[in-house]
Amino acid sequence: MKIRNLSFFLKALVLILNLGLGAVAWAVQPDEILSDLALEARARSLSQELRCLVCRNENIDESHAELARDLRVLVRERLQEGDSDTEALAFITARYGEYVLLMPRATGANWVLYLAGPLMLIIGAGLAFLFVRRRSVAPDEAPLSVQDQAQLAGILAQAQKSELKDPPQ
Amino acid sequence: MIVELGHFTLILALMVACVQMILPMIGAQTGRRSLMATAVPTAILQLILIGVSFAALTYAFVQSDFSLRIVVENSHTLKPMLYKISGVWGNHEGSLLLWVLILALFGASAALFGGNLPHKLRARVLSVQGSIGVAFLAFMILTSNPFERLTEPPFNGNDLNPLLQDPGLAFHPPFLYLGYVGMSMAFSFAIAALIEGRVDAAWGRWVRPWTLAAWVFLTIGIAMGSWWAYYELGWGGFWFWDPVENASFMPWLIATALLHSAIVVEKRESLKSWTMLLAILAFGFSLIGTFIVRSGVITSVHAFANDPERGVFILMILAVFMGGALMLYAARASTLESKGVFGLVSRETALVLNNLLLAVSCFVVFVGTIWPLVAEMLWQRKLSVGAPFFDAAFSPFIVLLALALPLGSILAWKRGKLGRSFGQLWGALVLAIALGALVFALQTGRSALGPVGAALGAWVVFGAVNDMWGRTGRGAVRFGRLLRLPRADWGRGFSHAGLGVTVFAVSAITAWQSEDIRVVQLGETFPLGAYKITLDAVKDAPGPNYAAQIATMIIHANGQEVNRLYPEKRFYPVQGMPTTEAAIDQGFFRDIYLVLGDKQEVGGWAVRSYLKPFANWIWGGCLMMALGGFLSLSDRRHRVAAGARPTQGQPDED
Repeated sequence: MKIRNLSFFLKALVLILNLGLGAVAWAVQPDEILSDLALEARARSLSQELRCLVCRNENIDESHAELARDLRVLVRERLQEGDSDTEALAFITARYGEYVLLMPRATGANWVLYLAGPLMLIIGAGLAFLFVRRRSVAPDEAPLSVQDQAQLAGILAQAQKSELKDPPQ
Repeated sequence: MIVELGHFTLILALMVACVQMILPMIGAQTGRRSLMATAVPTAILQLILIGVSFAALTYAFVQSDFSLRIVVENSHTLKPMLYKISGVWGNHEGSLLLWVLILALFGASAALFGGNLPHKLRARVLSVQGSIGVAFLAFMILTSNPFERLTEPPFNGNDLNPLLQDPGLAFHPPFLYLGYVGMSMAFSFAIAALIEGRVDAAWGRWVRPWTLAAWVFLTIGIAMGSWWAYYELGWGGFWFWDPVENASFMPWLIATALLHSAIVVEKRESLKSWTMLLAILAFGFSLIGTFIVRSGVITSVHAFANDPERGVFILMILAVFMGGALMLYAARASTLESKGVFGLVSRETALVLNNLLLAVSCFVVFVGTIWPLVAEMLWQRKLSVGAPFFDAAFSPFIVLLALALPLGSILAWKRGKLGRSFGQLWGALVLAIALGALVFALQTGRSALGPVGAALGAWVVFGAVNDMWGRTGRGAVRFGRLLRLPRADWGRGFSHAGLGVTVFAVSAITAWQSEDIRVVQLGETFPLGAYKITLDAVKDAPGPNYAAQIATMIIHANGQEVNRLYPEKRFYPVQGMPTTEAAIDQGFFRDIYLVLGDKQEVGGWAVRSYLKPFANWIWGGCLMMALGGFLSLSDRRHRVAAGARPTQGQPDED
């Protein structure tokens, strides 16, 4: 009984979906696409640098949210009005804050973010070089202690014995 | 009743973990064998207790026991059985239970298979393992109890997030956790060795199989997650640099470095203190990953501030374990003297370079992941660090790594000859450049990424082939010898070649994928690359716990039907959430990826279609890496090393 109710409910839902009432926008819609292919390509690559504000970690090009659709349309409008890529990004950043930029601007403290990798690589490479050079001129290993030598002799003797028992093919 | 039993055994497991943490350590410090001997039974008992607890929770999910809070929040009577079971770990509390179950599994395996470890080392390893168990069991029981009952159980549950109702994601967390938690073994071994103040080649051997096993699972887990994102999220992306993905990628990078540096410890008794540090950090990044995923801190600092109980607890666990371990490390590292002498040009140096690149690349990912958090806390600056940054900041390291790999892997130990090793690689280099040039000639006017990626990938793959071939010596019987090479050599060849395949595939799909978005009328045909695609029909179809619209799309090539695909749109009423189920025609050289969009008011349907070249090679490469790990793990040298080690002058196995 309950199951039949649910399947009726589902059918009703399908109907609603068909009418487009419960619809959500899916990423880039056909009606958003600009007829100018070069402009559209620029819009696409710009969309990939802008974050959807209501999603977890999606750019507006991939996001299904209504807000992302608005932003995509806005980007296209700016480009059609003759903005350069930088101008269009600046326009949107001015309205929505730098939170929308997936590639953060290299200003102020953000320099730390950009320099962290290269600096660490240089420091690490320097340390590694010093270490390797020290190893390359280090005196050779200390001779085995008497105890170690006795153990080694034991191992070798046993190895020889087992080899005699079980000659290698 | 069964639920209460699970709850009870969970608390009992915490008690047992306390015993496992304290007694063996006291025993090892004071040299009392009877106390050390408690380590093995407690580790096994802990596994049994947590196992019972996990089984009880699974039972509650299978039975749809809606008096349990997390069953209500994550299940539904109509949900398919597979997802009822995977729902056990598809939520915060249950995933922690899986975490401690796997922790106990590793502890018990160390107890069972570590029979020939020195008694003191084994006691200390299991004690450290026990302490991790104490921390996480206490975390669960105090803040995230999975066995919480409701006083008024509802008639039905809220269902699981539909995106998670997928076979790929059902098995993704267990693999990922096997990898994450497996790093705890390397950590425990490192702490035990630091307390003991003794790290030698034998230590390198014992720790390598555990790290290798964890690495293999982590590789598979990450690849599964990426594969899931590819087909489930609806636009065929495979990696998003999401904080949660980074959380699993950082331990992977460090574990890869650890695997390589442990070889130097094992073979040359050098790089000891660095290897210790890596072992500590690998687990540290696993904990950071757990913190990132479980506290919600990355999604929003405010969400964390509003409900800080769990986040603060994990942060404390992180502080205690990392702080303690690093202090111990600082105190003891100077006693770990490197022994081996090696020249500037040698395999050792190559492995140092490998470690440098992997560690710094991990650092870059780490800084990028936490930067939004740091910027908001320190400067109230709300900003994002996303895929464009990571692509630019991370890729150079992988390029350098891939460039150096074929040469580094054939350099001789101790003192290599650059010219001679390079001489062996002429063939690989020429082939790689020729392939790159060929690709360049075939594609006109597109980005340089394709040809460069092809050349780089080919260089790594041919380098791996050359490495294997070079080990067969000279003469006519080289093919025969190739088959008889130790499994570890095959493992290395496979893993390195797998990296090359993945590098190639990622650049190929990024450079050459094509996309088509349009409104299609029923019966209309449109072109996609060399193919023609017809939207034949769209039908309504109710699923078990969702409503769906299923399209029938026919793919033609050269006038012949290639395949019929059925992309779906689904709506899950209980969660009120729509999902897309893309349909993919998988091929060796390309995937055709079709997504059904909305019905248009003017008639017809929005349809997105993609041609994704070499898509499967991405995960194929990952599987090759994992297979290489398995092969290496099955090498008898490691089987011997996992436990057996001559304690009284028995001959070594090789």
